[in-house]
Amino acid sequence: MIRFDNVSKSYPKQNRPALRDVSLDIAKGEFVFLVGSSGSGKSTFLRLVLREERASHGQVHVLGKDLAKLSNWKVPHMRRQLGTVFQDFRLLPNKTVAENVAFAQEVIGKPRGEIRKAVPQVLELVGLGGKEGRMPGELSGGEQQRVAIARAFVNRPALLIADEPTGNLDPQTSVGIMKLLDRINRTGTTVIMATHDQQIVDQMRKRVIELEQGRLVRDQSRGVYGYQH
Amino acid sequence: MRAQFVMSEIGVGLRRNLTMTFAVIISVALSLALFGGSLLMRDQVSAMKGFWYDKVNVTVYLCTKNDAIDAAGAPATAGAPAAGGGKPCSKGAVTPEQKQGIETELKKMALVQTVMYESSDEAYKHYKERFGHTALASVVTPDQMPDSFRVKLRNPEKYAVITSAFAGRDGVQSVADQSSELDNLFALLGTLNWAALGIMLIMLIVALLLIVNTVRVSAFSRRRETGIMRLVGASGFYIQVPFIMEAAVAGLIGAGLACGMLGAGQYFVIDHGIALRDKLQLINFIGWDAVLTKLPLVLVIGLLMPSLAAFVALRKYLKV
Repeated sequence: MIRFDNVSKSYPKQNRPALRDVSLDIAKGEFVFLVGSSGSGKSTFLRLVLREERASHGQVHVLGKDLAKLSNWKVPHMRRQLGTVFQDFRLLPNKTVAENVAFAQEVIGKPRGEIRKAVPQVLELVGLGGKEGRMPGELSGGEQQRVAIARAFVNRPALLIADEPTGNLDPQTSVGIMKLLDRINRTGTTVIMATHDQQIVDQMRKRVIELEQGRLVRDQSRGVYGYQH
Repeated sequence: MRAQFVMSEIGVGLRRNLTMTFAVIISVALSLALFGGSLLMRDQVSAMKGFWYDKVNVTVYLCTKNDAIDAAGAPATAGAPAAGGGKPCSKGAVTPEQKQGIETELKKMALVQTVMYESSDEAYKHYKERFGHTALASVVTPDQMPDSFRVKLRNPEKYAVITSAFAGRDGVQSVADQSSELDNLFALLGTLNWAALGIMLIMLIVALLLIVNTVRVSAFSRRRETGIMRLVGASGFYIQVPFIMEAAVAGLIGAGLACGMLGAGQYFVIDHGIALRDKLQLINFIGWDAVLTKLPLVLVIGLLMPSLAAFVALRKYLKV
């Protein structure tokens, strides 16, 4: 699903590379936590997977494709197979819940009939049945993040990337979001989640990848947030 | 579905940037109106050229006895008769042989269409017809009027050939060309045309800068949407289309206004209102066909130019 071969990434005007010689493999259907302090390279890792950036050295394979060889105009097609969720939800404030989810389908040209069917279905799945007509501003943070997850999942991506999805939420709400992500993972969707939330990582007992100053320092199945001594 | 979605995005975008959209529309309208106006001006000038050059002749005036006396006066007292290239008519009035020679030579020239001989009697008659009521006409006698050849040219703009061939020749008093006076007028019109093109160019640059800025503002205010579009895998083209269409719609409205201005110009200045066509009957004015043939060009440029500007601006201001 995702393979990094000796990947390094340095940004211009920065002497320290953001990622240094990272090699790893993520198989289809896995649930992976990406942990590390701020500036450890988590965001760069995700940006490489989304091909917002290209690796300076090494190869990044996503969904069986070498991203270095993927031409620019094919990138949108590749991204349609990925879902993304962010800490700040990134909803359109002037569109209703249903319109926000439908937006993801409209912009890739799905037929209207299909959208009408898929949107209520996915909203039901994330637990927002009956809130189709609400505006994002009227919803709680947890509900807004559910809308974002619904939007990320409505096209049934093979891979869901979540960048600190619980970063703005209280612990109780976070548990609900994690349950939802776990459920999505059980449908066969690979989930990569970058997080600082120790409690969640410790509870879920999934694979943990830790980055420190751009290096891969730990790759542990059924791991916890910190080192186990 | 797609089309409807795109259309609603365009409407939202245009309304959000209403003031900028107005600025774009007006500057596009003005620059295109100037552009179309200058094209029409060009048509007008060539129509006038055709019309007037058709009517003008080059006239070769021949020496009369009076001319010969006048010319002989000065050199005779100095005691040195001027050689060829001196004052015209210094060798006396035109002789029948000279007349014959000039006529055959004129008729041989490829440039010449027709040659018409006008004797002094005929010239006198024409003069009387035109100016008979004036005081001057009553003192003019037939022998004061020169014989002349009225020459009609195939290409009236090449009159200088005739002038250089016959001016200063024995028996030729002067070569008068009516089109040289028109040339001053056409030079003036040509300058005006260049001025219009210059203003158009400036307006065009203003319009392009406004479009670039509008796209920049528009891309910035919609960075949230475009960011999400990018994340869910909308193609670059799909993300850019609303912006380009916005510029195209504004440009097309501007071009429509420009067409309206051109039509209004034709209607109010030439046909009705100021009605130059009625007041200046000597001038052959362009008709509606000239105006109508310019409109598609104006519309196409109004559509394409802003779209292209938007496309270029997007490459800089919108990440896709």
